[in-house]
Amino acid sequence: MDVDITLQVDGIQQQIEVDPRTTLLDALRERLGIYGPKKGCDHGQCGACTILLDGRRAVSCLALAVAHDGAEIITSQGLAAGGELHPMQRSFIEHDAFQCGYCTPGQIVSAVGMLAEAEAGWPSHVTTDISAGQVLLTDEEIRERMSGNLCRCGAYANIVPAIRETAGGARPR
Amino acid sequence: MTTITKRPAIGAPLDRRDGPQKVTGTAPYAYEHHFDKPLYLFPVQSEVARGRVTRIDASAAEALPGVVTVLTHDSTPRLADTSDHELAVLQAGDVAFRGQYVAAVVAQTLETARYAASLVRVSYDEEPHDVELRADRDDLYAPEVVNPDYPTDTQEGDFDRAFAAAAVRLDETYTTPMEHHNPMEPHTTVALWDGSDLTLYESTQGPHWIRGTLAQVLGLDQDRVRVIAPYVGGGFGSKTLHANTVLAALAAQVVEGSPVKFALTRQQMFSGVGYRTPTIQRIRLGADSGGRLIAVCHDAIMQTAKTKEFAEQAAVPTRTMYAGQSRRTTHRLAALDVPVPTWMRAPGEAPGMFALESAMDEMAISCGLDPVEFRIRNEPEIDPETGLPYSSRNLVACLLEGARRFGWADRNPQPHLRQDGRWQVGTGVASSEFPVVRFAGSVARISYLGSGRYLVAIDASDIGTGTWTALAQIAADALDADVDNIDLRIGDTSLPEASVAGGSSGITSWGSAIVEAARAFRDRHGHNPAEGDQAEASAPENPYANNYAMHAFGACFAEARVDADTGEVRVPRMTAVFAAGRIINPKTARSQFIGGMTMGLGMALHEESLVDPRFGHVLNHDFASYHIPANADTGQFDIAWIDEEDPYVNPMGSKGIGEIGIVGTAAAIANAVYHATGIRVRDLPITPAKLLR
Repeated sequence: MDVDITLQVDGIQQQIEVDPRTTLLDALRERLGIYGPKKGCDHGQCGACTILLDGRRAVSCLALAVAHDGAEIITSQGLAAGGELHPMQRSFIEHDAFQCGYCTPGQIVSAVGMLAEAEAGWPSHVTTDISAGQVLLTDEEIRERMSGNLCRCGAYANIVPAIRETAGGARPR
Repeated sequence: MTTITKRPAIGAPLDRRDGPQKVTGTAPYAYEHHFDKPLYLFPVQSEVARGRVTRIDASAAEALPGVVTVLTHDSTPRLADTSDHELAVLQAGDVAFRGQYVAAVVAQTLETARYAASLVRVSYDEEPHDVELRADRDDLYAPEVVNPDYPTDTQEGDFDRAFAAAAVRLDETYTTPMEHHNPMEPHTTVALWDGSDLTLYESTQGPHWIRGTLAQVLGLDQDRVRVIAPYVGGGFGSKTLHANTVLAALAAQVVEGSPVKFALTRQQMFSGVGYRTPTIQRIRLGADSGGRLIAVCHDAIMQTAKTKEFAEQAAVPTRTMYAGQSRRTTHRLAALDVPVPTWMRAPGEAPGMFALESAMDEMAISCGLDPVEFRIRNEPEIDPETGLPYSSRNLVACLLEGARRFGWADRNPQPHLRQDGRWQVGTGVASSEFPVVRFAGSVARISYLGSGRYLVAIDASDIGTGTWTALAQIAADALDADVDNIDLRIGDTSLPEASVAGGSSGITSWGSAIVEAARAFRDRHGHNPAEGDQAEASAPENPYANNYAMHAFGACFAEARVDADTGEVRVPRMTAVFAAGRIINPKTARSQFIGGMTMGLGMALHEESLVDPRFGHVLNHDFASYHIPANADTGQFDIAWIDEEDPYVNPMGSKGIGEIGIVGTAAAIANAVYHATGIRVRDLPITPAKLLR
């Protein structure tokens, strides 16, 4: 009863057979050996498995692989295309925005997705003027928008400036 | 003692050397060592808290395509040593706590294993269980020692008499709840038997340590077991040896030749891998009219499991913190039908100092003294417990520098005074302390690779602590080499033995071994070694161990804002100053301090594992209901440290920093909440309901 699906992961076309119960996360990790997305809770509560799914951040543990046949996926590994670290990845290292590193790929992918959301003017719970159509990415906005990604080592205090610095160009002019 | 004199690398704020692997997600954690056709284990957990398994019907599970085997206590291979009941998994039908493993499915896919486990029917002879810790139990007992080997009770002078005679007295009880470590990486084992050799890819804080115990339990020669753990996704005390690892090894034995992967689910992490015991702590303080403590008493009650004892040392920090001639500390335990509690970041100190430092705040107010001044007034000249001088003690410097940075001088001591719209605003302070711990048995090997490069090998662990970077810095200075010329290998029992990453002991224990090995290397091979030259040495005992009391200290200041309508607490800023010897890497050290304080914020405001007494399990066993701090919960952290020279602790002059960050945080926040609201919360966590009048 396995199902054939195709995924484009980090720019590479992958054809796999999956059990319909298989999550995107397990498909990536157990079928394809792509371990950037981590399993922290398997319930969409920690964000360690965050990927860019067709351009938007998503928790891959809450997505069934069969429901995403043909999807385009970017993981933390794909962000470092050609072996060069993404500016967000460099910023995380410079700001020491991680310790054990297990939530880190999810944090970074989430941050990249979040910046695109802010750029597009999406408001958050702490946005004061939701009709403005543009977002000033304050530390409060970053904290709010990154709260789906838990870090038990407590690196938030460094994650916020790491993102703020990378966001530089994303602020409204 | 060998000391390092030239230190260009130690003290440099280097980026983490494992950074590129971690930010790309390519650092292999235990589950991520890839195998082509692994098998997957999923456990069946007991649905009763006490009793006996009478029947297991695995027929439906076994009939599923892809199921390889179902292990029960009848079919599982026997262990050689079952004296540690926590590790004697599937050896008998007894159930000692709810959530205990009573069966396990091994299957070709994770989905099949999990579904098959849900089909296993287990019948029980259920017996009444006892899972509630209360101070009025009549079966509280005194353990032989408390963790790891402190005396259970201590007494100096006549506390009762001194307390009765005190001009100012405090007698209050403080409670802290059960808490769970919740490292982001679940506890994971990939086990592979090859003939008589067992290899484990393991998420562990101490490969050598768990190998020794595991070999004994399995009845194997240690050399037949290899544990590999180069990257570990957090531990906080929980990633030692628990039944899950033994279970994976037994399953792999049954399916010899196939790797068996077993990662706990988040929910399973709430029953099988330890927790911080709840505590009930009575503090009595007596002071003279000048605000000097003359009587100090700390009585702590905790729980343990009937199957195995763990005695949290909650009253131990009170033995060293403040002066006061007449003193008493006691520890009592209730043995319950519960999983075994264990070390959780700053065991003893974290709950104990919440109680003591809350009491110190209350006492300062009763004495009419500023809480900083009250602490300084009670600074001991020598360690009150041992009578030894301190190798270094800079608590007062931390308090003064912290007060300066935080802006404490302007504080009006009157509680419930500052209001900012709906927000009631207050500030609080608490002290921190953590002992300098050195574990024996660490060995380092240094080899010359040519072209100026050295290989440093030691089975140390990096659980997020920065070991990959800090040990390279120590080796560089010990060898008088450039840090870029140090290749470090850690996290594998094929390397020389190292002690566990626990008790904030890693740098002291492992670094001392590396310094010793470097000295041996230079003695033998000089400064122009040939490629392949090698030396190995073990960390010596500290010759000053019995001459000085050795502790790190700190002071934590917090601002709390409490919503007058909802009781919501926010902590917009904290300042902490530490005196923790020489800081090996300021960048990663700052992260560790902040990380500990962030966990302390969770301890103060969020974290509480709620046990349902009817069933004996933790109800809120996931991240949706056991809330650990999220990004939006945190505010500004201002971190500093005293430049402390301590020639007695170890060759680096460093003290452990992994745990001290959490120690004073909860009390500092509780004290700030009191200042903001006038409400003294003595029962963690400080949830909104406790602040609504």
